[in-house]
Amino acid sequence: MKHDSTRPEPVRPAIPATAGDAPSVPLAISGLTVSYGDMPAVNDVSVAFRSGAMTAIIGPNGAGKSTLLKSALGIVTPLSGQVTCWGRPLARQRHRIAYVPQRAAIDWEFPARALDVVLMGMYRELGLLRRVRASHLARAMSCLARVGMEDFADRQIGRLSGGQQQRVFLARALAQGADLYMLDEPFAGVDAATERAIIAVLKEIVAEGGTVIAVHHDLATVPGYFDRVFLMNVHAIAEGPVATAFSRENLDLAYGGRLAQDPAGAAGARDAY
Amino acid sequence: MAGVWRKTRPGQRGRAMLTDALLLQLGYNATLVTLGAALLGAAAGVTGVFLVLGKRALVSDAVSHATLPGIGLAFIAMVMAGGDGRALPGLLLGAAAAAGLGLLCVSWLTRRTRLGEDAAIGAVLSVFFGAGVVLLTVIQTMSAGRQAGLETFLLGSTAGMLRSDALVIALAGALVLALVLALRRPMTLAAFDPDFAVARGLNVRRIDLAAMGLAMAITVIGLKIVGLILIVALLIIPPVAARFWSDRVDHVLALSGLLGGISGYGGAALSATAPGLPTGPLIVLLSFALFALSLLAAPRRGVLATLLRRRRAVAPGAGR
Repeated sequence: MKHDSTRPEPVRPAIPATAGDAPSVPLAISGLTVSYGDMPAVNDVSVAFRSGAMTAIIGPNGAGKSTLLKSALGIVTPLSGQVTCWGRPLARQRHRIAYVPQRAAIDWEFPARALDVVLMGMYRELGLLRRVRASHLARAMSCLARVGMEDFADRQIGRLSGGQQQRVFLARALAQGADLYMLDEPFAGVDAATERAIIAVLKEIVAEGGTVIAVHHDLATVPGYFDRVFLMNVHAIAEGPVATAFSRENLDLAYGGRLAQDPAGAAGARDAY
Repeated sequence: MAGVWRKTRPGQRGRAMLTDALLLQLGYNATLVTLGAALLGAAAGVTGVFLVLGKRALVSDAVSHATLPGIGLAFIAMVMAGGDGRALPGLLLGAAAAAGLGLLCVSWLTRRTRLGEDAAIGAVLSVFFGAGVVLLTVIQTMSAGRQAGLETFLLGSTAGMLRSDALVIALAGALVLALVLALRRPMTLAAFDPDFAVARGLNVRRIDLAAMGLAMAITVIGLKIVGLILIVALLIIPPVAARFWSDRVDHVLALSGLLGGISGYGGAALSATAPGLPTGPLIVLLSFALFALSLLAAPRRGVLATLLRRRRAVAPGAGR
């Protein structure tokens, strides 16, 4: 899981498939193609995500960012391509990967409290029949505390605000005790306080040696939040440190040259796309 | 329990018999039937929780109506093989096969055509049920068919039920109950957040299939007591009633099982005192009474609690 600093850092094209087989690479995707109907949503994407880094996946709407995440996790079946995690097939590493989906698909009337949602993250330990013990509850509560939600443990999830719901889902991922966190637009539709709380927790994760990959929409916050970026628009465009890969040239390639401003000051960019 | 039957105000003799029935004093057979109905109700209650949470409640209605042609064909097959057409295990096997076929049809129509699930359910339900009614009419004209009594599968009847039949129903109900409780965690995860469940390595399609399979089992087991027209009520009403009382899946499961069990027990006991009354509707009416009670009286989510809360919220606001 140590940072491999000897390897060169090609900015474009994305890191070739063979480089991703190393055990130090938490997520390597090679030649991945996913299609809904006739149109490919993701076309021949190869990328290796760096360990111990916080990487943003950026690109315009319909660029296949969520689809890439979902197919990497086996939620969407790709037409072709390979996914390895730490050099091994995904199926053997699932317990090390935590996924925070978009909130849109949830039935908010579901009979579950914030605490119950966090306990779902411990499914692997609890299995089918094991009893929920005081130690499980204590750990779930500490995960809620990390995202500042300990006072809402007994609240039914539908009676939380959008930002609070997002924090509970992050707490569920924390309860899993993973090494790789994959988040699908964690800041979509949340309040500023939640955004700060989530980014603080994600930075803690990285500081402790974990890896974070997040689909991200707000170009203005990319340099402040993330170490690295992966730009895509159906095809892979570039992967690298924010300082080099988050360039005007790459953004033009991803957004089709329609981006009016320089990315460092692109406050309005999110609304434009 | 006592309050429930007093509301029905049966005659003096009926009341004495009902007490006996509720206290399981009507003999070994009636006792077995009542306990079987209670187990069936409890199993239906817990199974139904995952149907309702997964928004699949109406699929089970299609499945239950699809059993009818299976029952008819099984009867004809058993008579032609020279056996007793009324043998319950054979009839249930036929019902299960037809129900499975109906379920396949619904999922095929939904996935492979432009029909929505609601249209697919409507089509499968009516076609299978129509075929079943035609088969029952044909059976009426057979010499072995006159006393077949297959029409009792429509609304359920415990009158003249065999001891072995009651035992089969009780055991199968207990088995389904145990299976649902064993699978409650993966089924909860798959119903709440299927993408997350897949990411955790759960096979969500297989879990959905298991949930539907268990609902199908309830339908088939419940044919004799509740009947195929009303079994869907026993799968849906207890979970919806239980939801009023708690925000936790585990509690909703336990309460739904309890409400279903009470309905089955009480309904079977009631129908034992008045053999003319069909068992299925009695069980369903009883579960509806429990639903109405929950709707009104449940703390926080109930209608009365909501009204009180609203009044309390309005009162200080008026002086603003």
